[in-house]
Amino acid sequence: MQKFSAKTVYRFAVHNSIYIFLFLMLVVIVIMDPSFLSLTTLGIIMGQSASKLIFALGVAGLIIMGGVDLSVGRQVGLAAVLSASLLQAPDYFNVIFPGLNLPLLVPVALAMTVTALISFVQGIMVSKIKVPPFISSLGTSLIVYGVCCIYYDKFAGSAPIGGLREDFTAVSQQGFTVLGLKISYLFIIAMFCAFLVWVIWNKTTLGKNMFAIGGNVNSAKVSGVNVSKNMLIMYILAGLLYGLGGAFEGARTGSASNVLGQSYELDAMAACVVGGVSMKGGVGTIAGVIIGVIILQVINYGLVFVRVSADVQYIAKGAIILLAVMADAKKRSMID
Amino acid sequence: MTSEYLLRMEHICKSFGVVKALDDVTFTVRPGTVHALVGENGAGKSTLMNVLFGIHQRDSGEIWLKDKTVCCANPHDALMHGISMVHQELDQVSERTVMENIWLGRYPARLMLVDHKKMYHDTKKIFESMGVDIDPKATVKNLPVSYRQMAEIAKAISYNSDIIVMDEPTSSLTEKEVDKLMQLMNIIRGQGRGIIFITHKLDEVKRIADDITIMRDGKRIWTGDVKEYDINQIVSLMVGREMDNLYPPKDNVPEETVLEVRNLKGMGKNAVKDVSFKLRKGEILGIAGLLGSRRTELVETIFGLRPIESGEILLNGKPIVNKSPQQAIKNGFALVTEERKFNGNFPGMSVLFNALITKFNRRGAYRNNLNLLSSKKMAKDAQWVIDTLRVKTPGSAIKMSKLSGGNQQKVIIGRWLLLNPDILLLDDPTRGIDVGAKYEIYQFIINLAKQGKSIIMISSDMSELFGVADRVMVMSNGYETGCLDRSELNQETIFKLSAQRL
Repeated sequence: MQKFSAKTVYRFAVHNSIYIFLFLMLVVIVIMDPSFLSLTTLGIIMGQSASKLIFALGVAGLIIMGGVDLSVGRQVGLAAVLSASLLQAPDYFNVIFPGLNLPLLVPVALAMTVTALISFVQGIMVSKIKVPPFISSLGTSLIVYGVCCIYYDKFAGSAPIGGLREDFTAVSQQGFTVLGLKISYLFIIAMFCAFLVWVIWNKTTLGKNMFAIGGNVNSAKVSGVNVSKNMLIMYILAGLLYGLGGAFEGARTGSASNVLGQSYELDAMAACVVGGVSMKGGVGTIAGVIIGVIILQVINYGLVFVRVSADVQYIAKGAIILLAVMADAKKRSMID
Repeated sequence: MTSEYLLRMEHICKSFGVVKALDDVTFTVRPGTVHALVGENGAGKSTLMNVLFGIHQRDSGEIWLKDKTVCCANPHDALMHGISMVHQELDQVSERTVMENIWLGRYPARLMLVDHKKMYHDTKKIFESMGVDIDPKATVKNLPVSYRQMAEIAKAISYNSDIIVMDEPTSSLTEKEVDKLMQLMNIIRGQGRGIIFITHKLDEVKRIADDITIMRDGKRIWTGDVKEYDINQIVSLMVGREMDNLYPPKDNVPEETVLEVRNLKGMGKNAVKDVSFKLRKGEILGIAGLLGSRRTELVETIFGLRPIESGEILLNGKPIVNKSPQQAIKNGFALVTEERKFNGNFPGMSVLFNALITKFNRRGAYRNNLNLLSSKKMAKDAQWVIDTLRVKTPGSAIKMSKLSGGNQQKVIIGRWLLLNPDILLLDDPTRGIDVGAKYEIYQFIINLAKQGKSIIMISSDMSELFGVADRVMVMSNGYETGCLDRSELNQETIFKLSAQRL
């Protein structure tokens, strides 16, 4: 009986090791500064998570199909720079395109189109030409960064693109308050995206095919799944989400430069893994992705809150990612 | 003191859940003998060997090696104890040389560098002792299967193994190669080693083995001198009942031709070379052939998984092209693949998902009025598959990997039945499935034929083809070498036709 219960505890510990670890970190943060536990903090964290959730949703689909995407960060950066450059307040002293007064949706849609195209090309490379996703996204990432730098240098010069229009920044900086909790419009948009992607994953053939491709691509082929077509659509969907998230990430931080988005791909994938999306493909839930993004943001913000140095933050983040992947591997071996 | 036995496995029991895979099995090997281990698929032969190799841990019983009690924790441990195995499916590093494969993981070294010279000479010596002539520096992938197998045997000898397990070593060999192997087995036996010979070919057992152990349903039925029983007696001991009961009554009636394949040739080196046949409505056409006869490649070519170079496929008299599985499915084809693990199963997904995946991709399937997938409609079809094919599962939400092989196969067959196909291509559908589930699958197949479906069934089990098929087409090395009516079926003719193009 004793052996049995010890085993159960061990199983529980393995299955939830990442959450236990994160909970312990949270405890330490709260002990160091109890004021961390407040509705204000929660509101800030939700606000910060919003755009990250949007592009994490995109990359999650690709991971479930058995791939990775190292170009998330640079695509986000490009989307942010593009939309910010087209959405500056006309009275800003350093406006790039004077006299431009586009409706808010046009630059955002443009950014989304550009990233959707980039991801579409990646999708072609992966699904038709059979370039491994790691390589195709690595190459894409470099190219996108280069293009972004050229655009940025040519139009913005050296200063970050600031002075964003109020209607643009309002989306991420304003919102409404429920029971003392501030919820930004961007968070609502992120939740809406999560719902939409949930529907796609669970209620459409595309979603079923995504799981089939990630679960066993050879079985998927035999079962009549058009693998390359479904992959392409998932890539386009991911691109659209990167564009949307990227545009508003610029709005959230108030400015955009060519370094925006750097290493976001790792944050996004780490969030997926923490949320139970398996890097081996075929496994993942929307709830998991949301939880993963928020947990990582709690830790991120918590470490800043208690004034842990940026260097140590890197170490903590790296440890979390490794632990999450190890827990995933261990879980799999325990099931078999 | 020399012991009487090299190996004694006594009263071995092993259960998987409620299934007793091994029930009080005792098995011994004498030095300098070949001990045949026979039984149907699922009789417990592999489990017994897996216990010996430490892949599975036994529940009870003891293993003695030369009077020393041992417990092999894993295959490496077993190797160190002098037990090695030549697998049916050779897993060699095919891009590397023969000698590198033999000494893999224990390369001889000098000054921390690999001593290729020593490796070469040691390999050469072993090959000489075996009386075979293979260049140790040849790349494995360029060798014929029989040579690769010899290399595997050489590896076993290089470990100085006392006991060499050969798992169906002859299944992919030509007659000549089998002769060679038999000679080799003789040499090995002469060196005082013991060979455990797992096979389905009883004539080979009669030819080479000294002792035989017959297993059925996880139990040892009989052990003794091979000479004591003739082949028919061995078969009835293996099967444990009259052969007639192994197959359900055949009462399907073939009608007009629905599918005609003319001079089909696939693209690429390992493709189908030249195959022509006709398939009638309500007919079960068996396909026989050795490993490497490209039967799988044939059905995959028909199903659009492999490109066609020349030849025609006529469906109801009209030429069709299946460029992709999607197209094949539209044309009414279905394919149950040979390697469930490789291209049949979604082990991590639910039974429901596995049952419905093909129909998900049919336009408009399971949609509610929002044009989204309806859980209710999906659950209904999943239940239909479970009921119709009598899948033993606690429910449709359970993971596929929790089901037994036979039940997984039923789910996969069910996945196709939902599409109501006209032509079912079944690639060794009963492989690795227990006897009970096999019988049920035969029933489904015959019932489907009765409903007017046409079935192509590949099988490596000849008695199965005799029991279920209306006609049997034989393939050899990518060529169709003959088509036999039910009345003309006999093992010898099929063997001859299978070897015709080798």
